[in-house]
Amino acid sequence: MSTDKPKVPAVEGWFESNGPNPHLIGGQCEKCGTISFPREKSFCKNPSCDSTSFRAVPLSQRGTIWSYTNACYKPPAPYVASDPYVPFGIAAVELEKEGMVVMGQLAHGVRVEDVRVGMEVELVVETLFATEEKELLVWKWKPVAS
Amino acid sequence: MARDEVVILGVGMHPWGKWGQNFVEYGVAAARAALADAGVAWTDIQFVSGACTMRCGYPGYVAGATFAQALGWNGARIASSYAACASGSMALEAARAQIRSGRCDVALVVGADTTPKGFLAPQAGERPNDPDWLRFRLLGATNPTYFALYARRRMDLYGTTERDIAEVRVKNAQHGFTNPYARYRQELTVDAVLASNMVADPLRLLEICATSDGGAAVVVASADYARKKGVTSGVKIAAVSTVTPSYPSDQIEMPDFATDSWAVVPRPGHAFRDSVARAAYEEAGLGPEDMSLAEVYDLSSAMELDWYEQLGLAEAGEGERLLHDGVTRLGGRCPVNTSGGLACFGEAVPAQALAQVCEVTWQLRGTAGPRQVKNAKTGITANQGLFGHGSSVILTR
Ligand SMILES: [Zn+2]
Repeated sequence: MSTDKPKVPAVEGWFESNGPNPHLIGGQCEKCGTISFPREKSFCKNPSCDSTSFRAVPLSQRGTIWSYTNACYKPPAPYVASDPYVPFGIAAVELEKEGMVVMGQLAHGVRVEDVRVGMEVELVVETLFATEEKELLVWKWKPVAS
Repeated sequence: MARDEVVILGVGMHPWGKWGQNFVEYGVAAARAALADAGVAWTDIQFVSGACTMRCGYPGYVAGATFAQALGWNGARIASSYAACASGSMALEAARAQIRSGRCDVALVVGADTTPKGFLAPQAGERPNDPDWLRFRLLGATNPTYFALYARRRMDLYGTTERDIAEVRVKNAQHGFTNPYARYRQELTVDAVLASNMVADPLRLLEICATSDGGAAVVVASADYARKKGVTSGVKIAAVSTVTPSYPSDQIEMPDFATDSWAVVPRPGHAFRDSVARAAYEEAGLGPEDMSLAEVYDLSSAMELDWYEQLGLAEAGEGERLLHDGVTRLGGRCPVNTSGGLACFGEAVPAQALAQVCEVTWQLRGTAGPRQVKNAKTGITANQGLFGHGSSVILTR
């Protein structure tokens, strides 16, 4: 569903969509190194750290599926669903280096039958929905072609 | 009875359903039933602890005052607690603390809700800094999405089958179909469950808890007060656990986008949901082997299998065996969800943790009718509220 409309992220500052290496943007505590997503800007999540300084860091583009499901029925607003509605997959993906699990939709056309726990996936950027003026982009997880 | 013991004097419920009335009506009906059960006049209640609802406007935010006013102002002190699905336990704990500190002798705890149809959706309006709004906006992640992630992981790791999950639902239907307070009272077959529509793979419509209207109330008192009332062998509160997670938690939790990171600080020894019952066992000085029954939060039928393990009734991955051996069925060693659970009730958020306490109370008194667990001595409840609210109550007699 690509169009000539301008493409903008559906949320500001959560992921980098330009260039050949799209990735999520996490926050890293400048004191203890703890990583957060979405990017923590006020408080370190580490209970032993009182830092208030964080830098933006790119998160790993690849991870393994922790679990997955789909949305057989149209989710309620504020989700903007396609019309007619087409079910989509959702995955929770473990990033080894960051030691965390991050959710995302499965890439367009990837069904629950196509994935399993432990499968390697990579981050892609796709259209979430389009308005009259623009296409809104979001990160998704796609099985690594093997 | 020890001096600081807190006794359950009375319990009451308004039937669950979609009645379309104001939540205050359910709460007052439940409160009057609990007061009558306790033999305590409303005018004698010294403390009212309300479990809040976020879906019924301002009266829901000040539930303690709302119920007190509806019953007729009697000068009692009040508190209003919100802890999502764990609100009832938090309200119970507030009342228990008042009694244990000697500030009051007898208290009324009430929770009630009126719910909209369909998925629990976020409140209206653009709230791009609210994770609960953003998860719908960016992911289309509903509550069943999260339940399904746990269920699918269980299937891929432990070999749980769709049939196993359906069998939990069938068991709970068998337990709950005679419960006059349950909303869904029909016996089911595995085939019927597996024929219901898939909502969030692998979970089907009949395996996901609906939302309901309902109300539940509990009258609690000091041991001295109970003795003066002539109650000497009543049901006692042995523990209330309202623990929060320990950092870093590696479980993806509604409504979050990601877990904590365990790259810098290593993970604690126990996952959050394991710690909920553990804290209750520690306070009670009891263990899973002492439990005669358990009421757990089966937001999905698959989550009940997780709870078996999180309550210590089975090792990780052994939940299905417990189910198939009949341990968690009426007549088994530790029946789970004798009330029928959320499967038969649907969730009335602020009332649900109190409804669990009502069921265990009836079981310990031996008045649960066709659902009665033989010679029940001790029971545990477990649930979890959004945003890190653990909840578990142990009752003994
Ligand atoms: Zn830090």
